[in-house]
Order: sequence, then C-alpha cells, then structure tokens
Amino acid sequence: MRSIRLAIVAAAAALCAASAQAEITIGVSLGTTGPGASLGVPYKNALQLVPKTLGGEPVRYIVLDDESKPDGAAKNARKFVSEDKVDALMGSTGVPSASAMAQVAAEFRTPLIALTPLPPLAPDRHHWTFVVPQPTELMMSAVAQHMKGKGVKTVAFIGFSDSWGDLVYNAITSLATDNGYKVVTNERYGRADTSVTGQVLKVISTTPDAVVVGGSGSPAATPQIALVEQGYKGPIYHNHGTVNLPFIQTAKKAAEGAIAPTGALIVAEDLPASFPTKAVSLDFVKRYEAAFGAGSRNGFSGYTYDGVLLLDAAAAVALKKAKPGTPEFREALRDALESLKNIIGTHGVYNMTPANHNGEDERARVLVQVVNGEWRLLK
Amino acid sequence: MNGNIALWLVQDGVTNGAIYALLALALLLVFAVTRIIFVPQGDFISYAGLTLGTLQLGQVPGTVYLLAGGGAIVALIEATAALRAGKSAHLPRIAVVQLGVPLAIAALAAWAAPRQIGPALQLALTLAIVVPLGPMLYRIAYRPLANASVLVLFIASMAAHYVLTGLGLVIFGGEGLRSNAISDAKFDVGVLHVGAQSLWVVGSSLVCMTALWLFFERSLYGKALRATAINRIGARLVGIPTALAGRLAFVLAAAIGALSGILISPITTIYYDTGLMIGLKGFVGAILGGMASYPLAALGALGVGLLESFASFWASSLKETIVFTFIIPVLLWRSLVSRHPVVEDEEE
Amino acid sequence: MSRSQRVAAACLLALVAAPLVLPEFYVTLLDYIGLATLVVLGLVVMTGVAGIVSFGQQAFVGIAAYTTAGLTTLAGWSPWGGLAASLACVAACALLIGLVTLRLSGHYLSIATIAWGIAIYYLFGNLPQLGQYSGIDNLPAVTIPGFAFDTGRKSYVLIWAITAAALLAARNLLESRTGRAIRALRFRSVMAESCGVDTSALKLVIFVYAALLAGIAGWLHAHYLRFVSPHAFGVNAGIDYLFMAVIGGASQVWGAVVGAGIMTVLKEWLKDILPKLFQHTGNYETIVFGALMLLLLHRTRDGLAPAFARWLPPRAAGELPREAPAPPRRERPAAGTPLLQVQGLAKRFGGLVAVKDLSFSLGAGEILGLIGPNGAGKSTVFNLVSGTLAADGGSVHLLGERIDGLPSRAIARRGLARTFQHVNLVSHMSVLDNVALGAHLRGNKGSAAAMLRADRDEEARLLAEAARQIERVGLAEHTLAAAGSLPLGQQRVVEIARALAADPVLLLLDEPAAGLRYGEKRALADLLRRLRAEGLTILLVEHDMEFVMGLVDRLVVMDFGEKLAQGLPLEIQRDPAVIEAYLGGME
Repeated sequence: MRSIRLAIVAAAAALCAASAQAEITIGVSLGTTGPGASLGVPYKNALQLVPKTLGGEPVRYIVLDDESKPDGAAKNARKFVSEDKVDALMGSTGVPSASAMAQVAAEFRTPLIALTPLPPLAPDRHHWTFVVPQPTELMMSAVAQHMKGKGVKTVAFIGFSDSWGDLVYNAITSLATDNGYKVVTNERYGRADTSVTGQVLKVISTTPDAVVVGGSGSPAATPQIALVEQGYKGPIYHNHGTVNLPFIQTAKKAAEGAIAPTGALIVAEDLPASFPTKAVSLDFVKRYEAAFGAGSRNGFSGYTYDGVLLLDAAAAVALKKAKPGTPEFREALRDALESLKNIIGTHGVYNMTPANHNGEDERARVLVQVVNGEWRLLK
Repeated sequence: MNGNIALWLVQDGVTNGAIYALLALALLLVFAVTRIIFVPQGDFISYAGLTLGTLQLGQVPGTVYLLAGGGAIVALIEATAALRAGKSAHLPRIAVVQLGVPLAIAALAAWAAPRQIGPALQLALTLAIVVPLGPMLYRIAYRPLANASVLVLFIASMAAHYVLTGLGLVIFGGEGLRSNAISDAKFDVGVLHVGAQSLWVVGSSLVCMTALWLFFERSLYGKALRATAINRIGARLVGIPTALAGRLAFVLAAAIGALSGILISPITTIYYDTGLMIGLKGFVGAILGGMASYPLAALGALGVGLLESFASFWASSLKETIVFTFIIPVLLWRSLVSRHPVVEDEEE
Repeated sequence: MSRSQRVAAACLLALVAAPLVLPEFYVTLLDYIGLATLVVLGLVVMTGVAGIVSFGQQAFVGIAAYTTAGLTTLAGWSPWGGLAASLACVAACALLIGLVTLRLSGHYLSIATIAWGIAIYYLFGNLPQLGQYSGIDNLPAVTIPGFAFDTGRKSYVLIWAITAAALLAARNLLESRTGRAIRALRFRSVMAESCGVDTSALKLVIFVYAALLAGIAGWLHAHYLRFVSPHAFGVNAGIDYLFMAVIGGASQVWGAVVGAGIMTVLKEWLKDILPKLFQHTGNYETIVFGALMLLLLHRTRDGLAPAFARWLPPRAAGELPREAPAPPRRERPAAGTPLLQVQGLAKRFGGLVAVKDLSFSLGAGEILGLIGPNGAGKSTVFNLVSGTLAADGGSVHLLGERIDGLPSRAIARRGLARTFQHVNLVSHMSVLDNVALGAHLRGNKGSAAAMLRADRDEEARLLAEAARQIERVGLAEHTLAAAGSLPLGQQRVVEIARALAADPVLLLLDEPAAGLRYGEKRALADLLRRLRAEGLTILLVEHDMEFVMGLVDRLVVMDFGEKLAQGLPLEIQRDPAVIEAYLGGME
C-alpha cells in the first residue's frame, strides 16, 4: 500500500519535470478559486501582458491556485522553492495567504513580491518580503483627508468579517484622531451574505456623518445598496478593493456617488499629463482592456504588473552578480529590490529602503467617484 | 433598537425566512421520498440566479452546457442499461427524452439569449434549463445508491455538492450577479418600505407550502411517495413505481430551488457558492420540523430568518455562530421529544 | 518472519528512509499526510467502526491549534505546555459537545457536527485576541533539549513518530475487550448492552478519543506551519477528512493512511495536471474529487483499503488462544431457590397491548419453556425481562432483587444472559470475538490499558474462556471463522456460546433450535440438559414441540399477550384451551 503511494508520488514527480536553468523562474500563488476568486482572476490576467524577459533574461512564470487558503499558499510556496527552485515568489490574493508565503520566503531565503498589503512583519520575514500594494493606511488617508475637508465628525464602519475588513478598519481608526473624526461602529458581514439589513440599520441608527465600507469587489455592493435603500443620504466611502466594474454592475444605480481611493491607473485618461504614472498606466490599461474587454480595468492586475516591473529592474542589477537558479542570485535579487529608486509603475512610484519595502507615497493614490456608472477622478 | 428598527428587522427576517422555508420544504420533500439529505439544494439556487442574471445580460448561460452534458450522460447510462436488459426497443425513446429534450432546450437558450426576450420568457427559460438538472443529478449520482443507508446517501450528497459547486465556478466564474426585479414598486406600510420583490418572495413561499402540504397529506400520490421512503420494497410490492417517485421528488426540489434563486436574485448578489449557506439555513428549518412535518419546518425556517436578522443587528460578526449554535439545542429537544424505539441500521 | 511481518517491516523502512531520501516537496507532502492521518484515524474508529459520522473534526483541530498558538505567542509558553493545554481544552470541549450531540441518532448527529463545525469556525474568525481572520503568526517550533523541529524534514520525524504510535495504539484498541465492544456499537448496540457494555459511555469515550487525535494533529499543524488562521478549520476541511476516511476504507485502521495519502497526493497531482488541460480557471480538483467519491460509493461502500488488502498476502487467520486459567466464576444458587419472579407484567405499543398481566416464576436449576402462537408476545417478554424494553406495569425480580426498570447492562451484571430471536452477531467479527464479547463483564481493562497492551493477561483469559464455550457448544472448528459466514442455525448456537461466556445464572434462549438439523437439535438438547445439571437456569422460547417437550421441566403458554396455561409438559399437552389456541384442535 505504501509502495503504491510512493509509486504515485514518483509518477507525479516525473510529470513535474524540472526546467532548464538559464532562465529566471518566478513562482506565483494566487487564489483563483474559493471565496477570493473574483480577485484572483484579474491578478492572474496581468501575467498575460507582462514582458517575456526580466532584466533581459527570459522568464518563466509558474502559476498555482491556492484556493484563497493560507495552507494552500504555504504549500505552493514550499513547492516553488524546493521543487522548482524559483528565483522569486509572488502572491497571494489574501492577507493570510501572503503572510504564509512570507514565512516560507524567509525560511528559504527567497524574495517574495507580496500582492496584498500585509500587517507589520517580523524582521526576518520583512527582510525578504516586498509589498506592492499601497499600505491600507496610505490609501485610506486620502479618504480621511477628504472627510476632514467635509467636516465629518462621526464615521460608521461596515466591512467584511475577514482580514481585509480588519485591515481597512484598523487603517481608518488609526487616522481618526489626526483627522478629527470618531469611528462609531464596527459592523461586519460575510462576502456571501445575502442580506445586511441588520448591520445597516445599526449603522443608520448612529446617524453618522459618513460611512466607510471595508469590502471589496461585488460583495461591497451589498451594503451600498442597503444603505441607499434605507434612505441614507450621507457620503459613502469605499476602499481600493472596490474600484472595479463588478461593483458598479452589481450595485447599479445605488453605486452613484460612492467615493474610493485607488491607484491612478483606474482613471488613467483623466490624469493630468504631468502625473508621473500616467504613461505607464495608460499603456497598461489600454492593453488590458483590449485583451479582457472594455471596462474590465482594475487595481489588482496593476499590482501584478507593478510587481513584475520591480522584478525586471532588480533582475537587471542582480544578473550582473550571479546566475538565476542559485542562492547567490536570490540574495542579489533581494538586495537589488531593496535599492530600487523611482520605478514608475501603474499604481505609483516606488522608492525602496531597508525600512520601507513598499516605497510608495501619496502619488500612489487618487480619489475616484462613481459618476454615471463609471469610476471617474474626483477633482 | 426602537420599534421601527425592530419592525424593519422583522421584515428582513420574514423575507429571508420565506426563502429558508421554501428550501426546508424542498429538503423535507426529498428526504421524505428518497431518504436523501439533499445538500446540493443550495446549488440549484445559485444556478438559477446566475442563469437568469446571465440571460438578462444578453449572454448564453453556461448552464446549457451542463444541461446538454448531463442529458448525454443520462442517455448513455440508460442506453447501456437497456441494452444489457435486452430492451433495445427502448433506445429511440431514451434518445429523444434524455438527449433530445435537453439539447432542444439548450439550443433554444442559445438562440434566444442574445435577443431581447421579455422577462417572463427569461424566467421560463431559466426554469427550463435548471429544473431538468434535478432528475439528471438523481439518475447519475443517486439511483445506483437507491438501497444505501441514510449516511451513505449523505456522503454522496456532499460529493455531489462538491461537483456542482466546482462546475458552478467553472461556468459562472467568481463574480456575482443580481438580476432585475420583477417589479420595482415599493409600498409604504407604516414605517416599512416593502418592496414588491419581497412580497413576491413571501407570497410564492406560502403558495408552495400550501400546495406541497396538500399534496403530501391529502392526495393518494403524495402518500404513495411517502410510502416509498419508509419501505422501498413494500412500496414496490403494492405497485408504487419507486424510481419514478425519486425522479418526481428531484424535479420538485430542483423547481423549488430554481424558484428560490429567481426570487432572491433581484434582492441579493448571487455567487457560485451562495447557495450553500442558504441551503444550510433551510436545513436548520427542516431539522426543526423533525425532517417530517411541513408546518413545523416552515415555522422553524422563519425562526432562523428572524434570528439571523436580529443577530446581525446586535452582533453581526458572530451571527453565523449564533445561528448554527442555535441548531444544537433544537436538535436535542427534537431527539428528546420524539421517542422512538431504537431502530438500528441494516448491516451491509 | 511471516509475510505480513515482512510487509510491515518494509513499510517501516520506507517510513524511516523517506526524509533522508526524498526531495523537500515530497517530505512536505508526507508531513501533510501524517497530519491528516491522525484526524482520519479518529474518524475511522468513530465513524467506520462505531458508526458515528462526524463532519466536525476540523473544529477540534482548530481548537487545539488556536490554544497552543495563543499560549505560545501571547503568554510565552513552551510548545509542550501548549500541547498539554490544547489537549485539555479539546477534551473539555469534546466532552461537552459529545454529551449533547451523541444522544442524537444517525443523521441528526451528522448534521449537528456540521453545525458546531461552522459555529466554531466563525468564532475563531471573530476573536480579536486570536488575530481574527488574519490568524496568529510567528509560532515557535517544537524543541527537545538540543534539537528543534524547525524544518520540514525535522518535523517529519515528530509528526510520523506520533502518527505511527497513534496507529499502533488504535490497532491495539480495536483488538481488545473494548475493541470488541466498539465494533459492536454500530449495528448491534442492543446486543452489546445485553452483554454489559455501557454504549452511551463508550460512544462518548470514542468521541473524545477521536477529538484528542484531532487535537494532537492541530498542535502539530500549528507548530509545523508556525502560523494558524481559521481557513484551515472550515467545513470544507471536515468534508475532506471524511472523504479521506471513506476513500481509505473507514473500517480499517491503516485505511486512515491510505485515504489521507491518496487524497493528498491526488490533489497535488490534479492541481498540476488539470490547469494544463483546461486553460480556463476553475476548481477542477473538487469536481474530479466529487466525481471520484461518487464512483467509489457506487462501486464499493468499503473504500479502497480492502481492495489493496487483496493484493497483499492474506493475513494469517489469527491464532487460537493459548491456554489460560478461567476468569472467576459466579456462585450458582442452590437448586429450587426462587430465581426469577415475574408479576403482572404489562407492555403496550401505542394501542396494541403486547403483554397483559403476565405472571410466572422460575426456580434455580429448572428449564422453563415459554410457548405460544406467533405474535403472542414471547419475545416481548424476553425483552422486558432482560431490560431491553421498559415495562408499562408489573415487576420482575431476579434472586429477590427487583430488576424491572434497570438497563439491560445492569441486569446482565446480575447474572442474566440472553440470545435473540433474530441473530444478533457482529458478522465481520470472528466467532471467537463474538463469544468473547459475552465475557465483557468478566474483565475490566479499559481503552488506555488496551492501547498500551497492558491487558494481555486478562485478554488471554477472556479468549481462552470464549474458546472453551465455543468448544462446549460443539463449534470448535469454526472458532476463527467470521461469524456471518456460518449457516444461520450455527449462528444461533454461537449466540448461546456468547451467553455462556458471561457465566450467567439465568439463560434466556429465544428459539435456539430454529434452523438446526435434527442431529444438531439433539446435541443442543443434550447441552442444555448438561447445563441444567451444572446448576444453570434456562428460560426457553421455542416452536419445535418435540424439542421442547422432551427437554423442559415446566411450560408457560401465552396467547395474545396473556398467560393461557402453565404446568408440566404432559398437562399442557392435554389442556384443551392450549390445544385450541396453539397445538391444534380436532377437526
């Protein structure tokens, strides 16, 4: 019985044959199935638009699905580093999954390009992890400033009952004192919930000046619709996870007026010509919509693309020091990533330092609003 | 919490509860006739809601491929069985019924989808596509297990649910859809804003419940179906066609599931995996009815809807915990209340 | 070395060699398989053997994982302290949940397990101290002085050492006195109760045992991944574990490894292959798995382990038990002492009066026959006397002590043993084990002793006693055969051997001669006479008048639940009322 099992395992091994060593290998773990599937697919789509080389060397991306589960992400990451001997890891689509990958990255001394924001990491994990998406505080600071400008004093929060909801809630609460408001509720709902009437009634009963929604994608439409139906007239703010087409398609008329921060690529056309990321964003967005349909642009694919841009720039430096597939190359890649300056991506401009492995600043976000069924730059 | 809020919560709870009640009935129905605990009931909700949403977007819903494929598999199984039994004369009928009808419906859907057919036709088409999937599922997954114990059938249901959910993701992708309401009218009853859609939900639920109750309690056919559940061989001996009973139960269950999906898709975003949680809560209602009594099941489901509504006001992050913990004392009460002699499973 | 020992040695060698030889990823896979095996092992014993289907085991994995995660990161405990705390927590929760849900029958139980699985998952995700949905990070690795289990290969040693020990312990458990009782739980709990087994307590013990196994797996999981989050403990995990159990063969201990191994490897393989086949994104593994499960269920309910077993060399049929002294015997009351007194016994089933105002008595050392037409209520009387059914009126006294109202295991303890009208043997268990089950109350070593093999002496005595009884009833050549493989008549005789193994003072025999050939009936009658001579009292229900009349000392005739007549055989044969109702009137 066990010999049969070993035989199956050996057969599987034969099927996952090792690749040639000359090229750079990147292991990508994404949640393209499971509860995070609606995010995973855009992340994956971008890989069809990235250049075929990194730093001039041909590159191979191995993409595995982790079912939006951290176990799956950890398993994939281990497979990448031990089986496929990847030079870098990318992923995943959920915060716990990305955290799990960070641990594997540290253990196997391989750089990780994280595609979701992460809470502060332990030093050894931080050393190897580079976070592409803007920190949630950075994004929500645009919302906080806007609310301050409007004289908002009480803010009600309703968000996902998961780590994304936690991240947004923590961000908006940490900005409260500096921007003169108080967060008065912490309502939560499940992505798959059919009704949020109870939570929305609770929110409205506190008569807040503004509501912040900590959801993403089309499930963020549920509280939006409910709030509008229950007659809430104040501003409704979302976060950068909501800035995509499915949200508008689901919420339909109720989406009008929703405000959210986002990477500038979403409104590339509306950006002034002097905006640093306009050229890169516009190019990416045009190619994305050509491949995946008009209006399909979203922030997630931009993260993947930016991650690849970072790797591209870093690989060019690292290749001078070592060959792909070696531990020296991975060290060199990591060091190069940490020293990147002024890399212009679709979301923002990246300036890495040893302490800051995200490197974005306020140019990485703008405020947009739903106007006539589209996300437009909020002036 | 004041009176207004309580009223709104009650309204919300009743609307949700009506759907759970419909599901509870479908689950009871299937269990009563076939002894199957029909976990995939929720998947029919997702399929119907997403099919309708896709049709309204003017696209061909992927469920037609399921329909065609399922029909082909059933036709194959039936044909093999007929040949083995030497009844090759049945083959033409099998081809027409099992293969021809699904293909025809699929073709109709493919032709009609891009054209702007009216909402009534869209509804009819959705039902025509999704409902036949029920008896197909029965034939493929459950018929070979007809004499198995309740537990084996339960595990088979879990497996079938996996397959259907996976297929749902492949067909519809990870995104959700809402469809347009049958009517956007809103009535103001005191402080309540009652949407016409909610009225449709509650109304249809009541109609279905009454119809089912009458069918099972008062009609000979209904009693015959119940007899099949209690003793298959005995039922056959008195002339009840038991395979037909199973198919009929699944047609009804699929129809109820599809109807629920259609009713809630305007008021909820439906994803490929939405059905599971809704189905589970309908389950809770069915349990309250002791898997035997319709009025109790409906009441139980209503109770679940109300509990969920109030829990999401008071402790929204823990509402699932509350709802599912609630089921346990109820189960306990149920098992204490129904004193039946120890009936042990047959050793296989 | 026998062939099966060689196979076992080979497996052990492979197990030890694996972390030294295989590449990292496969060691990782084996680590995951080991973790799953622990949980599935609990399921095998609980579901496959005892029939308690649980979709909620992952909740115990989660409780243990979170307990150790919280204590080691927030309170700075060592992982070993975390282990102790996790197991204590899991045991407490399992006791509580078990007490509530085990009273439910069949599918209600399974549904309840889904319910608390979901409830606990959402609880995990909502406690801020436990990191909510992001979970807890940075757990320490398990260490022993001088060595840390901090890589995949090192963790392998810890995981598989524990898993192998658990597998061994489970096998020991199932091959013991408690194991026999567990194996009777699923389909024969009425019979088990009549042999003295406290079935509710046993179910609770098994439930907690399975939960503890899941808890150990949770602790290992936490310190291997060094990270916990609720996602690993959701309903889908529970369904996966059950699938593994069914795939592997839910009634075999090593089915746990087979099931866990096959499903884990298959999932990885499919994840590699399927996306290359289908360019489109989708959860193809679940579709394939669901379909495979259905196919498996259609073809076989027993899972794959029995199929594999056919490829391996046949297991030696087991050895005949060695000679061992008999366990202590009960003192038999002197002949003629009033043994059983039934007064005014009554039982109703809804509107049907099954037994009405029945009174009779039995003296020590006599054989009393209870006869009457079908439906007279004879078996009901047996059930009432033995405690299987509760009486609605009247009283029953055994040796002067009132026993009506007591559960059947308590009555068994007082010296009553019975056979059943419909043969009640555990078919897949050997005759020896079935009979040894009858001697359950003559031993006292429980599950812990069984797992540690500290029960071998007692076990030898019990098995030797069982073998003696089997020989006594003339079935010695069938001792090691599966009980279900014997013809029905001989199975009834096995039931008698089982009853005798209990060393009873009163034997209740329900139609023992049914299905026996003439020569066998003669042998049985001889046996019963010998038993009477040894001081045993017998209450007998039979339809074969020739058998009965030549054997019994007195007769009681029942009709429509009432006593029609009683007396010596010759009197009864001439009683006109009896002739009218039962023996055949003049045409």
